[in-house]
Amino acid sequence: MTVAFALTGIHKQYPQFTLSDISLSLPHGQIMGLVGVNGAGKTTLLRILTGLVRADRGDVRVLGLRMPEDQVAVKADTGFASEDMRLYKSQTLRWHMDLIAAIYPGWDENYARDLLRRFDLKSDQSIGGFSHGQRVKALLLLCFARRPRLLLLDEPTTGLDPVARSEVLEVLSDVLRDETRSVLFSSHNTHDVEQLADSISFLHQGRLIASQDKERFLDDWRRIVCFGDYTPEWPEIAAARRNGSVLELKVRDFCGELPARLAAHGLTVQSVDPMRLEDIFVTTVRAGAPA
Amino acid sequence: MYRQIVDQISTKVMLGDWPAGYPLPSIRELASSSHVSVITVKRAYLELEHAGVIVTRHGKGSFVAASHDLPRALLRAEMHRHLQAFLGCAAQLGLDTHEIQRLLDAGPDKGVMP
Repeated sequence: MTVAFALTGIHKQYPQFTLSDISLSLPHGQIMGLVGVNGAGKTTLLRILTGLVRADRGDVRVLGLRMPEDQVAVKADTGFASEDMRLYKSQTLRWHMDLIAAIYPGWDENYARDLLRRFDLKSDQSIGGFSHGQRVKALLLLCFARRPRLLLLDEPTTGLDPVARSEVLEVLSDVLRDETRSVLFSSHNTHDVEQLADSISFLHQGRLIASQDKERFLDDWRRIVCFGDYTPEWPEIAAARRNGSVLELKVRDFCGELPARLAAHGLTVQSVDPMRLEDIFVTTVRAGAPA
Repeated sequence: MYRQIVDQISTKVMLGDWPAGYPLPSIRELASSSHVSVITVKRAYLELEHAGVIVTRHGKGSFVAASHDLPRALLRAEMHRHLQAFLGCAAQLGLDTHEIQRLLDAGPDKGVMP
């Protein structure tokens, strides 16, 4: 199977920040969520994929082509949207749409009109009068209506109100219908990622601390509440918090025999529940070990 | 998350909205229309296949299984899940087979909880 992108041994050093040893790939037709706190390296990683930043070391392939050598060909089929992109304030959205349509032959005017309606945007309004949410939606419209094979979205839902966020997520899920289009989107909001992503990558302090398919992530982790005096220090216990005789455990690589093993150590297991992605992420970062 | 999809489809089959042989939406279609990831729907379909609710024909898609007794089969699967949870609880309470039997014989609301 071919991949939408493949990063191998990527390294990028800045005076204050280093992205180290990133190897990551995304199969065609999949959506990957890139999760990390602010400053984790999400934007740098996306910028390396777009050719805006050159890695110090490592191999970057996007849509089967080498970056940054083949970036002209790659950019024709890649859409990148990031919050710090500027539109011309004095020009209308229509003007921007015509500009993009003139550059990219893949521009789909019907889809653009459909997106205008779904995002509730007025094409004859100048960008200067747009709210933050409308500006983000305008940027995404300009990106999506080109129908690129790979979408790279840097925090597409950050700062949006709940209605705008669900509009954006709904449009993003259009992409799911097409098995040749792929998406990498970064977010510090794990709920957005949890809903749409096929695979999830955690980035922390410039390192990839976990990357696997979402259902596996959710299957592997459990929150166990038990009573008793014993506090297990086993490798699969990522976090243990005691409050009197109540012990709360967060477990990675959960397997069915664990409750029995806890019981054998004198603990009474009260509940075993799946965890939300957010909790898994926070626990992973705090435990400082791979998920 | 895939459980919600499993429940939705099971309910449709149980109520007879989706009869035997009914073609299910493709994985990508259902993912897109319910705004969940492809992998979540894949997982749900796999689960439904194991439970015998749907059959997948390679290259043709998935269909509601042609069992005459599907609603009962689904109910049985549901009961089995409850039974397992019940036995798990009983084991945590340290009940032996006799005590569990006594509970079953007495039925609910009889105040014999140990």
